[in-house]
Amino acid sequence: MTELQTAPVPRRNMELLLLLLSLVVGMGAYYLVGVNSDDGLSSEFITQGLVLVGLALVFHIALRIWAQYADPVILPVTVAINGIGLAMIHRIDLAKNTDTAMRQIMWTGVAMVIAMIALWAIRDHRVLRKFTYIALAASVVLLLLPLIPKVGVIINGARIWVNFFGLSFQPGELAKITLAIFFAGYLSSNRELILLAGRKIGPLQLPRARDLGPMIVAWMVSIGVLVVQRDLGSSILFFGLFMVMIYVATARVSWIAIGTLMLAAGGTFAYLTMSHVTRRIDGWIHAFDPDIYHAQGGSRQIVEGLFGLANGGLVGTGLGEGTPYRVPLANSDMIIASLGEELGLIGLSAIVLLYLILISRGLRAALGSRDSFGKLLATGFSFTLALQCFVVIGGVTRLIPLTGLTTPFMAAGGSSLLSNWVIVALLLLISHNSRRPMISGVSATAEVATKAPRRSGGIFATRKETQR
Amino acid sequence: MNDLVFTVLRLGFLILLWLLILSIVGALRRDLAIGGKARVGAPTARQIRKDPSLAPPPETPAKQQANTLAILEGPLTGLEHQLTASPILLGRAEEATIVLDDDYASGRHARLFPQGTRWFIEDLGSTNGTFLGEAQLTRAQPVELGQKIRIGKTVMELRP
Repeated sequence: MTELQTAPVPRRNMELLLLLLSLVVGMGAYYLVGVNSDDGLSSEFITQGLVLVGLALVFHIALRIWAQYADPVILPVTVAINGIGLAMIHRIDLAKNTDTAMRQIMWTGVAMVIAMIALWAIRDHRVLRKFTYIALAASVVLLLLPLIPKVGVIINGARIWVNFFGLSFQPGELAKITLAIFFAGYLSSNRELILLAGRKIGPLQLPRARDLGPMIVAWMVSIGVLVVQRDLGSSILFFGLFMVMIYVATARVSWIAIGTLMLAAGGTFAYLTMSHVTRRIDGWIHAFDPDIYHAQGGSRQIVEGLFGLANGGLVGTGLGEGTPYRVPLANSDMIIASLGEELGLIGLSAIVLLYLILISRGLRAALGSRDSFGKLLATGFSFTLALQCFVVIGGVTRLIPLTGLTTPFMAAGGSSLLSNWVIVALLLLISHNSRRPMISGVSATAEVATKAPRRSGGIFATRKETQR
Repeated sequence: MNDLVFTVLRLGFLILLWLLILSIVGALRRDLAIGGKARVGAPTARQIRKDPSLAPPPETPAKQQANTLAILEGPLTGLEHQLTASPILLGRAEEATIVLDDDYASGRHARLFPQGTRWFIEDLGSTNGTFLGEAQLTRAQPVELGQKIRIGKTVMELRP
């Protein structure tokens, strides 16, 4: 694991500049949606727009106070993606006469405030290492919560929601944060044991079972619960997170081979035995078959999305001019198809690039981080975002079967927004700690330096060697 | 709203989106150049063919290698130890390569070892520390020719 270091410059003014530009993009999208609707510019443009601008600027000030050396790009990119998503949700609202955007902006506010609280409360990501096993316990509780009768609710065939006082929430979204913390904490302390201890069979070095025990438990719980809850997307996400973190920690290609085999075996098993998985795969391979298209839970959604993308073409129909609302779940699972229709290939590739920049900045924070826990944590978080994007965008464009994961920061849904904003806050903290100037004299090896007096010349400063 | 204004706004938004991306990449340019510093300004083979004056100056002869460890101060003053490819243990203990008869030195005090073309010194958890130049060692560090190493009362340096 290598370190890359840049000169410690806060670069908050650069962030402000980029933030203003990204707010102009978000507001521009909102404005276009407004002027293109039948009733002209709505009052929501002013209220929701001002809320977004205010929140973004407050977050920027929070960074100036608590994490002034954080990466200058992460916040503007996130705000831009969030703003474009809000505009698209508002646009679907106008077509369907719903009010999802208001709830979404409320959740954005909640998410950003909680992210700021996380910045303020944590300061140094290394304290999270103390909570390694608490994080594992929390993940288990969060994943099991929807299975409790009365608390858990079934929506769209998946039992992944809980209902508190009329507010529905997906606790599994938070579990990806706690699981990443557990994997990072566990692997950073037990890396050597997993690498070196154990028996060698052929080219594969197998770790001892007890070194891997907690990892296997974490993996089985997340996969097992998700099979029971029928949430395919999340189980792919957790499995991918598990694979990446163990690969990054040990740098053994054999893990990737084992993981791919396990995925293939599990996928085949699920395809043959579970009806909802069979439907998804059939809807992917034979999407244009009329029987499958018209079937209940068939490929209508994905094919309508493809028609939308085709209708958009290169430059898109323009915000508010297409018909993305014809696609089921146009403002959450299929929001990428909606954006593709109205912004075209050029706009959609810009959005994909924004995600790419965000993820690469997360990995950059991992490279610069001075401790292995921070490296693993930042890698895990960036990969969580990357895998969500891949699964959703790949599913919508029919590269892989469509599974129910949310597009980070865009799709309508509070729990996903909340957890992704917390992930961004933690990435910002890690990058702050890796770019912060080191206080000279107090280094990571401070214990060694203080054991001996600084100058051994004077009589009083020197302890005479007496043993031996 | 008429079609022309709408088309301008529509395409303008796409341009704005890409403007955002380009300015972000521009802001990161400094960061992306990390590790590329050595390459900056080095002419390519093609540029050299066009303009021979760009050719890099002929390689300077390889740096002189350290061959002896000379003791400058302390009880062993004047001793010159021939360096081979094997590491050297410095300390009071009998098994040390150079036995330092010094109350301020630990049994196994420090280790001097070759890596590539350079020699490194590493403190082995001594009580009073090892000094390279003026600074106390906290980890293994490369030793240049003529740089003073101090252990207790003994001062030594590498010579070609």
